[in-house]
Amino acid sequence: MLSIKNLHVKLEEEDKQILKGVDLEIEAGKVHAIMGPNGSGKSTLSYVLSGKDGYEVTDGTAMLEGADVLEMEPEERAAAGLFLAFQYPVEIPGVGNMTFLRTAVNAQRKARGEEEMSAADFLKAVRARAKELKIDADMLKRPVNVGFSGGEKKRNEILQMAMLEPRMCILDETDSGLDVDAMKLVAEGVNALRSEGRGFLVITHYQRLLDHIKPDVVHIMADGKIVKSGGPELALEVENNGYGDILAEVA
Amino acid sequence: MADAAEKISTTDARLGDLTLPAGGWSEAARKDALARVQAMGLPERRDEYWKYTRPDTLTQAGAVPAALFDNDEAPIFGEMDRLNIVFVDGVFDPQASDDLSLEGVTIDRLAEAKTDIHWARDLYGVLEAKGQNPVPRPLAALNTAFATDGVLIHVTGNPSKPINLTYHHRSETSDAILHHVIRLDPGAEVTVLESGPAAARFNKCMEVEVADGATFHHVRAQGRDHERRAATHIFARLGTESVFKSFTLTANGVLTRNECVIELTGDDAVAHVAGACVGDGDFHHDDTVFITHDAVGCESRQVFKKVLRNGATGVFQGKILVKKDAQKTDGYQISQSLLLDEDSQFLAKPELEIYADDVACSHGSTSGAIDEDALFYLRSRGVPEGPATDLLTLAFLAEAVEEIENEDLRDEINDRLAAWLERHRS
Repeated sequence: MLSIKNLHVKLEEEDKQILKGVDLEIEAGKVHAIMGPNGSGKSTLSYVLSGKDGYEVTDGTAMLEGADVLEMEPEERAAAGLFLAFQYPVEIPGVGNMTFLRTAVNAQRKARGEEEMSAADFLKAVRARAKELKIDADMLKRPVNVGFSGGEKKRNEILQMAMLEPRMCILDETDSGLDVDAMKLVAEGVNALRSEGRGFLVITHYQRLLDHIKPDVVHIMADGKIVKSGGPELALEVENNGYGDILAEVA
Repeated sequence: MADAAEKISTTDARLGDLTLPAGGWSEAARKDALARVQAMGLPERRDEYWKYTRPDTLTQAGAVPAALFDNDEAPIFGEMDRLNIVFVDGVFDPQASDDLSLEGVTIDRLAEAKTDIHWARDLYGVLEAKGQNPVPRPLAALNTAFATDGVLIHVTGNPSKPINLTYHHRSETSDAILHHVIRLDPGAEVTVLESGPAAARFNKCMEVEVADGATFHHVRAQGRDHERRAATHIFARLGTESVFKSFTLTANGVLTRNECVIELTGDDAVAHVAGACVGDGDFHHDDTVFITHDAVGCESRQVFKKVLRNGATGVFQGKILVKKDAQKTDGYQISQSLLLDEDSQFLAKPELEIYADDVACSHGSTSGAIDEDALFYLRSRGVPEGPATDLLTLAFLAEAVEEIENEDLRDEINDRLAAWLERHRS
């Protein structure tokens, strides 16, 4: 599904290398988690994959089902099936959540040469999915993320994911700023989307989220590289002992 | 004194180009107005009130030629149920216009209303003359003196459909002067629409008397022909518990100066003036607004949004004057520009002058660019850069457009804005 090889990335504005050779293979149907201390490059990886400005790829490749995502515009990556759930979802005053969702769904369909979704079909689909995520009608009407609580913003990300039906989902610290109940709700939303044809990359600081979204593979990232990979037990090790032991072991 | 001499020669040259329409009930008002223009002189670049907008092409003898618009876009408001009154290059076109009779309103043409008892005699040039203080508006006085036509709308009830003044531009050198007078009787309500580029140069004045409890809606779309020039004035006087709401869309136009002068003279009156403009290239758009609170408990709002690109210029001069006895005034003023590149500019002069001690007045002015984070967010969801930028631009303009109460009109304005943005993508 997603194949990252030897990815090197530096900041565009300053001479600072952030990713120093990331290798990662995510298969369809699998959930991979990346954990790591602050500043290890986890969020940078998600931004580079989704096409945010400000980063320069100096070496390596990232292929989504055989297509070079690094060559694509952000909207092309989205249409190709890549989705990033933002750590800090952006507030967009003046743009209704519903308008935003429908514009996004139809823009992707158009880019893929598919027929646009009718207003009635869209409304039906969005209502059903919003209900599962406990997103009320008022939240759908309000401007995108404006005045939303932390939990509402994250649920809104999962709603977008559910509507856009991406092949490859990246969740960037989706658990940050959530209480236990909100985290459960978000995790249920993610779990409902798990399927044979879909890959997940869950970026998180804490093992907590992984109690709810059970990963198949856990990677530890440090200083711009994946330093250790293993099963779910690796996350528990981090939870119990912190990163110190693992980093010392690989150093 | 070179300035004064230059002013006199500019004024003489322009006035020498015009003929004062003789006879009829408006003759005295026209002569008074002519005397006002002569005393004030036409505006010049050195005048404080014209600091940000060059008046020379508005005051010179003869219009600078303006090419006709060659876009096949259907005229705005064309699909609405309306009473359409058509002027071609400032000349009334009876064939293209609807019959002027409509229940709840009487409409006369200025050029034909010759009887001495006409109701408009008590208004024609009166609100304009009043609006000359404290800031002179010579182009409005010139309009009162020399207007060749216009409509006199007396609203006695609640007409079933809006009155649309449609201004076609057919001659590349047309130089039109129109003057409308509108009076709403107590409790009456009307919507007046204006649309079209009008002429190569257009000087238009509208005087509106809104009596107690009456409601006036005004939605205007200026645009299409890029090379046109316009100086327009609205003078309004509001009675007790009356409502005045005016919205202007401006797309294209090398020079537009829209002045709006409102006097709230009855308690609990409401005046909202809003504008959304989109300009690309050699576009210059000036909103100059002066609202005077002279009664208790009145509300005024000024909401102006400008989207500027490729060196376009936006100007806002807005004032709220609250007189000593105008307690409980609620005044709001916002002017904002979205600069889509570094060549465009927005010049704003917001002013508050308050003599009452129990008022709530706020004002703000900002200039900004497209929010890059919001743009990336939209693109990451699959919305391409062009449509995503348009969506954010429409969101920026929304506060002004939402001042239009009627949903159909609001949708029509939004559709025009969206189409314009799509045509003008980089």
